[in-house]
Amino acid sequence: MSTEDTPHKDADERSVGLVSTQYVDLFVPPHSLKVAEGNLLGPVHVAYETYGTLSEKRDNAIFVCHALTGDAHVAGRHSAKDEKTGWWDELIGPGKGLDTNKYFVICANVLGGCQGTTGPMSPKPGTETPYALEFPFVTIGDMVEVHAALVRHLGIERLLGAIGGSLGGMQALEWAARFPDMLRTAVILASGPRLSAQGIAFNAVGRRAIVTDPHFYKGNYYNQDDDPHFGLALARMVAHITYLSEASIEKKFGRRLQHSDQFAYELMRETEFQIESYLHHQGKRFVERFDANSYLYLTRAMDYFDLAKSYGSLPEAFSATQSRFLVTSYTTDWLFPIAQSREIVSALIQARRHVTAVELESPYGHDSFLLEVDQLEEMLKPFLAEAYATK
Amino acid sequence: MSTSRPKEKRRYKMPSPSAALTDRVIMEHIDEGSRVLDLGCGDGLLLSELRRIKSAEILGVEMSRRAMIQCMTAGVPVIQADLDLGLEDFPSQSFDFAVLSQTLQQVRHPHVILEEMLRVANRALVVVPNFGHWRVRWNQLLWGRAPVSSSERYQWYNTPNLHLMSMPDFRDLVDVVEGRIVKELAIIRGRAVEQAWAANVRADSAVYILERKSADAHAPLP
Repeated sequence: MSTEDTPHKDADERSVGLVSTQYVDLFVPPHSLKVAEGNLLGPVHVAYETYGTLSEKRDNAIFVCHALTGDAHVAGRHSAKDEKTGWWDELIGPGKGLDTNKYFVICANVLGGCQGTTGPMSPKPGTETPYALEFPFVTIGDMVEVHAALVRHLGIERLLGAIGGSLGGMQALEWAARFPDMLRTAVILASGPRLSAQGIAFNAVGRRAIVTDPHFYKGNYYNQDDDPHFGLALARMVAHITYLSEASIEKKFGRRLQHSDQFAYELMRETEFQIESYLHHQGKRFVERFDANSYLYLTRAMDYFDLAKSYGSLPEAFSATQSRFLVTSYTTDWLFPIAQSREIVSALIQARRHVTAVELESPYGHDSFLLEVDQLEEMLKPFLAEAYATK
Repeated sequence: MSTSRPKEKRRYKMPSPSAALTDRVIMEHIDEGSRVLDLGCGDGLLLSELRRIKSAEILGVEMSRRAMIQCMTAGVPVIQADLDLGLEDFPSQSFDFAVLSQTLQQVRHPHVILEEMLRVANRALVVVPNFGHWRVRWNQLLWGRAPVSSSERYQWYNTPNLHLMSMPDFRDLVDVVEGRIVKELAIIRGRAVEQAWAANVRADSAVYILERKSADAHAPLP
């Protein structure tokens, strides 16, 4: 079941080593997936990776839910030449927070994504043409539905845990509410039961940047010479600001200039300040790996997510789950401020669930859940180990 | 990539020689299957015992990260919170018992936390040191020394105790927060005594069981 190849000779002992993405078709006819507005979707192609070994009892599986623009490649390298590891490599590996000597870790790209799982880039069934904006609306509930189907496909009836930050945390919450018997722990990092109006506002600006790009072609840019990469890069730049904190920007860039000690007094120079240059760089890198239509779908799914509304109330959403919860928030996160986590905790207390909650001090803003790995690991290890040992 | 670990925050609950005794007294007064909140739960030992022996549904509140990790290791659910900031995230009457052991004298606003306990739980179980003890009085009267609780070995300059109360002082506070004392147990020389003679002179500390004044009558205590 493991994708773990023999580790590369030079690879760090605490790395999962070389891994490869796997694919499976789920919801194949006669089955199909009923999404958001009742549309039917299928088959659904799912890209996923696994690390570690599934135990004989199949009771050691942990599902990693990725954030907005993440993917299934969460740890290790795809090839020896790969410079970059998976996006949460610091947390996942032998002896690490999610210890692959002990646990079987699964990560899959979300429905509506563009990293191998069915989304607007995928061809419409029976054609060669991509869905583009004909792709049906999908919700976070639909994403979790697909992932639950993947978990069952892997022969696992009950996960030891679901863990995620930001949009990933929303998925983990949805897991607990939708599949109360499939989850023994849920780890919710820098997340909330809904996105704030401020968060929706930033998403709106991002989407606006994409759809007003002259190369958007109403979403049908796949066969054109150009695509809306300026709009997509701009969307990323705006979003990226919400991931940082005032303090972290100040510390990392301040008002320092990029090219010289003096102002250039050139209006059209786009990278006068270091922070500008950094944002442009982030935007540029992002368009190399992400699809604009996918960005529209996923941000909308995030805007629409409202756990209380879907289940009547927050305590109601948690009324059936048997899961233990670990909820962490970060002092400088303003996209998902601490109050959002407190709301989850309060509802969990009211629903009489097993909840542990920590507010971590970090200067890194929303990105803290990716960067403060040591602090997270320190809690995650005993939390998971105890849950795993308890039947 | 990560920052250095933030400085350990101060702990509320200090190890106390009478802890084992008061824990036992608390244990005796909590009904089977109750939902219990322990404020300043430390390593979660009392809670895990309550879960084991009384099948209690448990939750701890603690500020120290190190203590919280000990809780997680024991599978004790715990919320990181500063008692000085109140319990606003805790829904009203969501617990049968709220426990506050040797902590009240260390919080900034004892009356607020006591009110909060009576809001979130039907009963509050509070253990407080008694600065009305004769040794405290003796040192004050004879030598003019600042009061230091007889059960805890602190000096005036390093004590975590911000508020020094005697048993009658505490009873007054219970009145202020619209509470009612259901039971008072004086801890005298390692024993919990009900209706002790001259308790305020002899007790090192005291255990109180409180209710809201307006609360409906409860079943008699065991």
